[in-house]
Amino acid sequence: MSETIQNSTPIEAPEEFVVTLQTPFQRFCADFFESRVASAAFVVLVGILFIAICAPLISPQNPYDLSQVSILDAKMAPGSQSFDGWTFYLGTDGAGRDLMSAMFYGLRISLGVGVMSGVIAMCIGAAIGLAAAYFGGRVDAVIMRIVDIQLSFPAILVALILLAVLGKGVDKIIIALVIVQWAYYARTIRASALVERNKEYVEAATCLALSHNRIVFKHLFPNCLPPLIVVVTIQTAHAISLEATLSFLGVGLPISEPSLGLLIANGFDYMLSGYFWISFFPGIALLITIVSINLVGDQLRDVLNPRLDR
Amino acid sequence: MTVFIIRRLMQSAIVVFVMSFLVFGGVNIVGDPVEMMVSDEADQEERERVIKSMGLDKPWYIQYGKFVTNALQGDLGNSFVYGEPALQIIVQRMPATFELAFVSLLMSIIIGIPFGVWAGLFPERFSSKIIMSGSIVGFSLPTFWVGLMMIMVFAVMLGWLPSTGRGDTVIVFGMELSFFTPDGLSHIFLPALNLALFNTSLVIRLTRAGVREAIHMDYIKFARAKGLSYRRVIMVHLMKNIMIPVVTVLGLEFGGLIAFSVVTETVFAWPGMGKLIIESIQNLDRPIIVAYLMIIVLVFVVINLVVDILYSILDPRVRLQDVSS
Repeated sequence: MSETIQNSTPIEAPEEFVVTLQTPFQRFCADFFESRVASAAFVVLVGILFIAICAPLISPQNPYDLSQVSILDAKMAPGSQSFDGWTFYLGTDGAGRDLMSAMFYGLRISLGVGVMSGVIAMCIGAAIGLAAAYFGGRVDAVIMRIVDIQLSFPAILVALILLAVLGKGVDKIIIALVIVQWAYYARTIRASALVERNKEYVEAATCLALSHNRIVFKHLFPNCLPPLIVVVTIQTAHAISLEATLSFLGVGLPISEPSLGLLIANGFDYMLSGYFWISFFPGIALLITIVSINLVGDQLRDVLNPRLDR
Repeated sequence: MTVFIIRRLMQSAIVVFVMSFLVFGGVNIVGDPVEMMVSDEADQEERERVIKSMGLDKPWYIQYGKFVTNALQGDLGNSFVYGEPALQIIVQRMPATFELAFVSLLMSIIIGIPFGVWAGLFPERFSSKIIMSGSIVGFSLPTFWVGLMMIMVFAVMLGWLPSTGRGDTVIVFGMELSFFTPDGLSHIFLPALNLALFNTSLVIRLTRAGVREAIHMDYIKFARAKGLSYRRVIMVHLMKNIMIPVVTVLGLEFGGLIAFSVVTETVFAWPGMGKLIIESIQNLDRPIIVAYLMIIVLVFVVINLVVDILYSILDPRVRLQDVSS
């Protein structure tokens, strides 16, 4: 009791006491940027996001505007110059497009599909997982059995089956990726919601006779968020990789939406003739994106997990 | 135990039934098979004749019933491209896929375990750190891109290894296998290595974790105190104990290898089931697509069933929990 009184008078507070008075967000940032690798990955990721969002503004040419592309520039090595005096820093592809510009646009599509499917899958998976944990009993048993069965099939196989049936298209690949991913989110949020459900604040809310909706979304959900955030980052990296693989196989995006995977697939045709850069550089871009997302996700897991003694 | 197996069998039957329904529904309702069978110039009469001959004028449940009865008799229709029964074509391609998956599993053990043991025994050495970073990269790299780069380096630039096909095969137990001829072995090396990439990383991590844990155990100290050589302690006492989780996880991953062989087979033009399904999707060869999907669902249901039963034998808690719920 006496301590509380002392602490509430700021003049007498010792010097180090001020330091601990961070907001949760400041504390989170301090923890996150403790690791140099994670900080570097975060900076790279922000850079990639910037490139993806601003692709039309910063790329040297619009690779899909036919008036800017000349077939005479096809298959030029990295660093060579076009007839108009352009420099192609990463070379050109089989149709004479500047590879760097094509990669910027491809990054936009790859990230867009990955993030979009991740967010939709999170919403669906979280709602189903919360319902399973909150209502328990038979609802829980049925939902978790479906999740178990789905997770026993590899993601790429489920996506391949769906796309074989649905056909190509941006909407279709997003549907396929959502169906592949929702089960991971449902399982994650159910696990944390089961722990949270038995805590006093939920009991208190139930005693106040609040509606199911209000308890689940206003009380339970915010407390289940930390593990979900980690799964979102890792699953987004998976989704980007999976989309690239499916597009490479020719069952994902149509040729009108050239993601990084399709750029690599295009380069495959020229690689046996020695034009390696057409599929090499888009692959490097894909690799950097996936690794940086994974590193950020790993650090988030360490920071957000209260059980880890740091 | 019997109750557990019966429950799991029933569950598997339900999964196969639901999948057959989805595949049938997806292929026949989302797409229109008549559009593909009839040319654009055909008149209405011609169209109706085709519809009637394919039984598409019947209600969907009769069509579905016919599909299931035929499928149970092993008749999944004839391929549009090859003109042979779809099932037969897929079964012919099966040994190639299974051979590739098996060789890559073997490779991930041969490469992964020594590296993992090394990294576990000397965690502070620079070489161990390189091995561990390598395994992280192995997890993150997209398989198909690594395959392309392997072709570029080993087939195009260096010219050491062939990049497409199976090479010479010999018939062993009625299956064509590449593994037993020198030419076939050189053909299988790159695709198997590519497919093994993910599992090798997994084995390295598992082995390292196992070694780090086991090295402080009393039985290791006792074996050393008994005067056994360092080599014998590691090769016999340590290895026996760390192999259990490694073998379990690799068994589970075998299904994943068959799924991922779709990618590797496409990159290396390996004539297995995976390459067949991709070609069939591009050629809209519906009978093959349906047959492949049904077979792969069946293969996975069987793998999962076997894994579940093995698990329940190894760990009785799984079984008891399931029966009581």
